[in-house]
Amino acid sequence: MSKFKVVGKPIPRHDAWAKVRGELTYADDFSLPGMLYAKVFRSKYPAAKLVSVNTSKAKLLKGVKAVLTACDVPHNETVTKFGQSTNIKGGFEGLYRVLAVEGKKIRFTGEPIALVAAETETIAEKACELIEAKYEELPGVFDPEEAMKPNAYLVGERDSNIVNEFGCHNGDVEKGFGESEVIVEDRFEIPFIDHSYLEPEAGISWLDDYGTINIRVSSQVIEHFRDVAEVLNIPHNKVRYIGTMMGGAFGGKEDITVEAFIALLTSKTKKPVRLVYTREESLMAHSKKHAFIEKYKIGAKKNGKIVALEAYYIGNAGAYTYLTPWVGLYATVSATGPYKIPNVKIKTQMVLTNNVFASAYRGFGSNQANIGYESIIDELARKLNMNPLEIRRINCMHTGDALSTTKQVIKTYVALPEAMEKAWAGLEEPTISKRKDIKIGRGIAMGLMSYGRMTFLHDSSRCYVKLENDGSLVVRSGIPDLGGGQASLLSQIAANELGVPMKKVKVYNTDSMLTPLAGTTTATRQTYMSGNAALKAAREVRNRILNKAAEVLNVNPDKLDIVSEKIIVKYDKSEYLPLTEAIQACNAEGIELYSEAQFNAPFTGIPDLTDMKGMTFPDFAFGAQAVEVAVDIETGQVKVLKIVSCYDVGKALNPASVEGQMEGGSIQGIGYALSEDYALKKGIPQTLSLAEYIIPTAVDSPDVKTIMIESGGGLGPYGAKGIGEPSYNNIVPAILNAIYDATGVRIRRLPATAERIIRGLKKDYFKK
Amino acid sequence: MEEYKIELIVNNEKISAITKAEESLLKFLRRNGFTEVKCGCEKGDCGTCTVIMNGKTIKSCITLAMQANGKEILTAKGLEKIEIGRRLQESFVKYGAVQCGFCTAGMLMAAKSYIDKDLEPDKTEIRKAISGNLCRCTGYKKIVEAIYDVAVKSHGLEGDTNV
Repeated sequence: MSKFKVVGKPIPRHDAWAKVRGELTYADDFSLPGMLYAKVFRSKYPAAKLVSVNTSKAKLLKGVKAVLTACDVPHNETVTKFGQSTNIKGGFEGLYRVLAVEGKKIRFTGEPIALVAAETETIAEKACELIEAKYEELPGVFDPEEAMKPNAYLVGERDSNIVNEFGCHNGDVEKGFGESEVIVEDRFEIPFIDHSYLEPEAGISWLDDYGTINIRVSSQVIEHFRDVAEVLNIPHNKVRYIGTMMGGAFGGKEDITVEAFIALLTSKTKKPVRLVYTREESLMAHSKKHAFIEKYKIGAKKNGKIVALEAYYIGNAGAYTYLTPWVGLYATVSATGPYKIPNVKIKTQMVLTNNVFASAYRGFGSNQANIGYESIIDELARKLNMNPLEIRRINCMHTGDALSTTKQVIKTYVALPEAMEKAWAGLEEPTISKRKDIKIGRGIAMGLMSYGRMTFLHDSSRCYVKLENDGSLVVRSGIPDLGGGQASLLSQIAANELGVPMKKVKVYNTDSMLTPLAGTTTATRQTYMSGNAALKAAREVRNRILNKAAEVLNVNPDKLDIVSEKIIVKYDKSEYLPLTEAIQACNAEGIELYSEAQFNAPFTGIPDLTDMKGMTFPDFAFGAQAVEVAVDIETGQVKVLKIVSCYDVGKALNPASVEGQMEGGSIQGIGYALSEDYALKKGIPQTLSLAEYIIPTAVDSPDVKTIMIESGGGLGPYGAKGIGEPSYNNIVPAILNAIYDATGVRIRRLPATAERIIRGLKKDYFKK
Repeated sequence: MEEYKIELIVNNEKISAITKAEESLLKFLRRNGFTEVKCGCEKGDCGTCTVIMNGKTIKSCITLAMQANGKEILTAKGLEKIEIGRRLQESFVKYGAVQCGFCTAGMLMAAKSYIDKDLEPDKTEIRKAISGNLCRCTGYKKIVEAIYDVAVKSHGLEGDTNV
């Protein structure tokens, strides 16, 4: 009998039908009687002193029910905790301000200053026009290197723009470079980018019969109920989050978006309030992916063996701290990639500037590091006149090796260089260019990324599983579903353990007060964390019912299995007990057929941030991507012809979902590599529509070939690894390396626009 | 602002309601309960608000409600009443073409429009046909496969009625 009945099969998700029928009620699709519409009044300057805010005219407008400024916010300077149970100090609290304060600094264009609730959206918009804010413009600082200088303009109230600093040191880099026969140095610039999920930020709040604030919102973190309670200065149990199915998130719905605003307005008006960002507002004022400047120096022997690596990262955090420190930590830990390097020195500084704030984004620092190390190693290979695959083979870590940054030993299976070889082979026969001005090139990149949160956060997830009297299954979990199939996965696990068909499982999810808290849908943690919690709960119920069935059937419980709603004796199909009869037998004796289980990740202490050593993450996912591009050397246009994505997914619990992550991650990477650039001019954003901020369309996207390695070596249920974020790694440097292969142009500043490629071609031309 | 009464048929159902001169068809439809028509950008860039009006796909955010007066509109909720609509829905589910689902309702409209043209099934043409509809989750492959499968099975067959 196969161990897997439901798991490992490409099962349609429980929510797919509701979505194709247009029946799913997203955050913006829900209304309540008497609901008010909210709008946010925002700063038009990136750096200014907010002299005064006059809301009296706005308040007088007919239909306006409330206008709030910072003085109406009980706890305006806030520290969000992002669901972790431990208090981490040392700059790790995600500091931000709900509304800008009179007499204090405005830090970015679009910073919220006042909130309006009115009877219609139009009235709310008009009220915003009637708000009078007086500013005293300040010079601001927009470039992170400028912001780090001793006499730089200060973005906030602290005496330095540097948020914090991270480091890893091993061996002696100076000595290592001395021993090196070839040294390559380079600098890469990576811009801010936007998540561009198709569902803008949205939520509605209302008071229930007992004065509790209810918030129905598109959020990756329902544990923010605590943070909203703190903003309102009320007990945590007086705020309830009901998370909706999200229309995409990618980290952009990890921070509080609309929730604190609508909660404040509901608290003031006692009425339901809905707030939905426009696309322009979403682009202007929600978080971005950190821009990075990366300086790399790498030294190797002529045989390709890397001796030393030094990396210095400057992370542009924008206007407020939010999740910046954690992004810095991820980048630092990932800075050497999956390579064994004896002498290493990594330094990362995260810096405030007067740009929109940066925070979580799929890849979370690891991704920016991956662009750096996979570019520099490719350059090193070229300088050594070595095959780019060969240099990776020579220096690649294997199972049991330690990261060259923190020295954390990887005890699970390291699918390298295996994934690289498979991805490369997957490209098959090279495309032959029929035109002289179209050059074909191929690139490879491999890497690692953590799944699960940093171990010093002491992460946990809980899940409830119950066998109903009719043999149906109830799963309750606080798990937010951002479209990756997170909720559906839990039902698959429960169904698998209890021998119940998928259609008989119902997941009740994402309610901060009624479903067990499962933690954030971030950090590629839900398959691992909540998957394990669901497995633990389901197995407890399974054991109880099998013990009872063993009594009835008079056999040892070890001999029993549950298949297709029957408790069977293994190897003897004639004898069985219908599941419903076993349930009745348990009920008659008061045997609990439910369980709420908690799964804990490994717990560690907080590392010394400037010299990190040991475990910082539970485990890592390894993989590679290979691409083939065609570059038009007349126009500089790049067309991605082929992508092969190969990852060790541990065990693909739902292969269709895993493929979906890998395909989507690759195509998102095409945007990052070639077109996405959230450009700002002195703090003023330049791309406030999806016509200016360019994400890939269907015609820009080749069919991604996915190769899943199932090592069974992951820490998740049945040996699964998380793949959401890792699948978005490698693709960007693979494309950049392919562009180099085609043209000899090394892209050092993303994105690789046609203009930059043409400039690179010209430079090389003049050099010759 | 002046108000006007308009009459239109949405998913075979007659709607008679008040609109304003500047109101978009998107806002009108959502206000009247057709929340399956999604608002992703309100500038005609993303395609989440795509509906079929008198047999042609349009972006309802850049169409005025007044322009729909006397017209027939099909949204994702109307697909179930049409053979091709049901096939597309089933195929999207089967191929895993749905992740977050926010683009899905609009994408199905673009797909329906492509199938209705009854061309020789071709993946490149399908990609072009849905290029006005952005998807940030799937990477498009499974969407293209889902549409292709329906196109192959439907090509040359008698049958479907346009709304």
